[in-house]
Amino acid sequence: MNHDRYEDAYIRGILDEVKTIAVVGASANTVRPSYFVVKYLISKGYDVVPVNPGQAGKKIAGVMTAASLADIDRPVDMVDIFRNSDAAKGVVEEALRLNPLPKVIWMQLSVRNDEAARLAEAKGVKVVMNRCPKIEYARLCGEIGWAGVASNVISARKPKLQQGFQRFGINRQQKP
Amino acid sequence: MSDRQPGFSTLAIHAGAAPDAATGARATPIYQTTAFAFDDVDQAAALFGLQAFGNIYTRITNPTTAVLEERVAALEGGTAALAVASGHAAQLGVFHTLLRPGDEFIASNKLYGGSINQFNHSFKSFGWNVVWVDMADEEALKRAVSDKTRAIFTESLANPGGVVTDIEMVAKVARAAGVPLIVDNTLATPYLCRPIEYGADIVVHSLTKFMGGHGNSMGGIIVDGGTFDWIASGRYPMLSEPRPEYQGMVLAETFGNFAFAIACRVLGLRDLGAAISPFNAFLIATGIETLPLRMQKHCDNALAVAQWLEAHDKVEWVRYAGLKSDACHGLAQKYLPKGAGAVFTFGVKGGYEAGVKLVSSTGLLSHVANIGDAKSLIIHPASTTHRQLTDAQKTAAGAGPEVVRLSIGIEDVADIIADLEQALAEI
Repeated sequence: MNHDRYEDAYIRGILDEVKTIAVVGASANTVRPSYFVVKYLISKGYDVVPVNPGQAGKKIAGVMTAASLADIDRPVDMVDIFRNSDAAKGVVEEALRLNPLPKVIWMQLSVRNDEAARLAEAKGVKVVMNRCPKIEYARLCGEIGWAGVASNVISARKPKLQQGFQRFGINRQQKP
Repeated sequence: MSDRQPGFSTLAIHAGAAPDAATGARATPIYQTTAFAFDDVDQAAALFGLQAFGNIYTRITNPTTAVLEERVAALEGGTAALAVASGHAAQLGVFHTLLRPGDEFIASNKLYGGSINQFNHSFKSFGWNVVWVDMADEEALKRAVSDKTRAIFTESLANPGGVVTDIEMVAKVARAAGVPLIVDNTLATPYLCRPIEYGADIVVHSLTKFMGGHGNSMGGIIVDGGTFDWIASGRYPMLSEPRPEYQGMVLAETFGNFAFAIACRVLGLRDLGAAISPFNAFLIATGIETLPLRMQKHCDNALAVAQWLEAHDKVEWVRYAGLKSDACHGLAQKYLPKGAGAVFTFGVKGGYEAGVKLVSSTGLLSHVANIGDAKSLIIHPASTTHRQLTDAQKTAAGAGPEVVRLSIGIEDVADIIADLEQALAEI
């Protein structure tokens, strides 16, 4: 797996497949990226579990925070890591002890640990590194263009409106 | 589409413009509205807090304008863009984000006359101090750098002198100084030159010119190259310090490699207010769809006219980087291989009076202060665009008394030459 560049189809497939996302290092501070990634993913319909021992038992963006991955009471499809690159390995090892295994390990922008990625991939777990799921979702669905940001996506297919007028879904209008 | 990288002409037509999500309209709809209804209070709060993507008010964002922004960002190879009311507004937005009172920036002394005015007068009243240099003189450029320098500004292809900047050389000096390089790419357009590929960090345009291409809409744009590390530098507090109005958010941390464009929008455009009309954004975005075709025709016509003028006995000199005889021809072959643009100057024998007579005698070429129209345009800078400058500044900017500026359009080139021939006969 080449982790320098991901095909859009790979990222779209992951964001379309996963339902429950644990965000390790989620913050209660509302101006931190690790807060509004949680908030954005909730608004897109994901079942998000913030993981932060300092906030355990309290809510972040309206949902209950777990102290650790092992404390989550339901299967987790994706583990999103807001820790530095060195600390990411320990989080990945913890994630790989979950039963059932998560389908995806995702490390945030600027977070990359190739050794940890190899451990996950050896167990059949997909890996994304140095990317933000909020940016990737907004890029692939088209919302990011509203802020003048280049999506690097061109398409003759309609974006999919979600509830309201200012929310797009990840999948565009399907081929008939 | 698959993950293959689309070509320039495909991006000019498609970038930013999927079918409208609400109606399926295939052309970009003109969202001629001031405000956008919120889905609910929570969404409104998320939008005001910069936590979600979406539209609040057309002074800040608009879906029609967004198509233009994404299109130009894609064509320039940038991460994001911000469209504003004019090229001047783009420059104001850039420097408002970068400078504090007492700071300096280095600018080429061969700029569009309007930029020279803006930097010399309005910017100085804000305490933003311009230091003029000849960008072709690498040592002079290095000497101009001080501990107050916060940016270097140049045009890729200068208006009206036709001087081509050695962008890689200037970018190297900017990197060594730890400041961003801003390139005004109005005359070249990304079809001819993409400054970010040569080390520019920020690109600005007057979209009023070749990008829109039809002389019908004012507009400007700021393109973020995504290349400058605002946090490591620490010299740009608008980006690297917590913002009180956004509850302490640090924009460079939150928005990463498109933070500069976001800062220009949510601080500069929000407070300075020079928003582009959605209708203008629509016209310019539509114009850009044919940019590759138009720009090539502009360049081909300009070269033919320049060669014809060079052989004319009433013409003292022609300054067009597309001519083999031109001092900038070597740089043009490197930076502008498809053509040296369509704006150039020539010296008419007989000085100021002959220049005035010539612009009064054309019948097809329009005597206007614009450039980059589909129509061919002519002007005598010393009596018009550059008349507010001193004689020394006029000469330094390539706008001496005998200078006539042409912006060659996309008419039949034989008709453009015939009109110049009869007008030169009147002198």
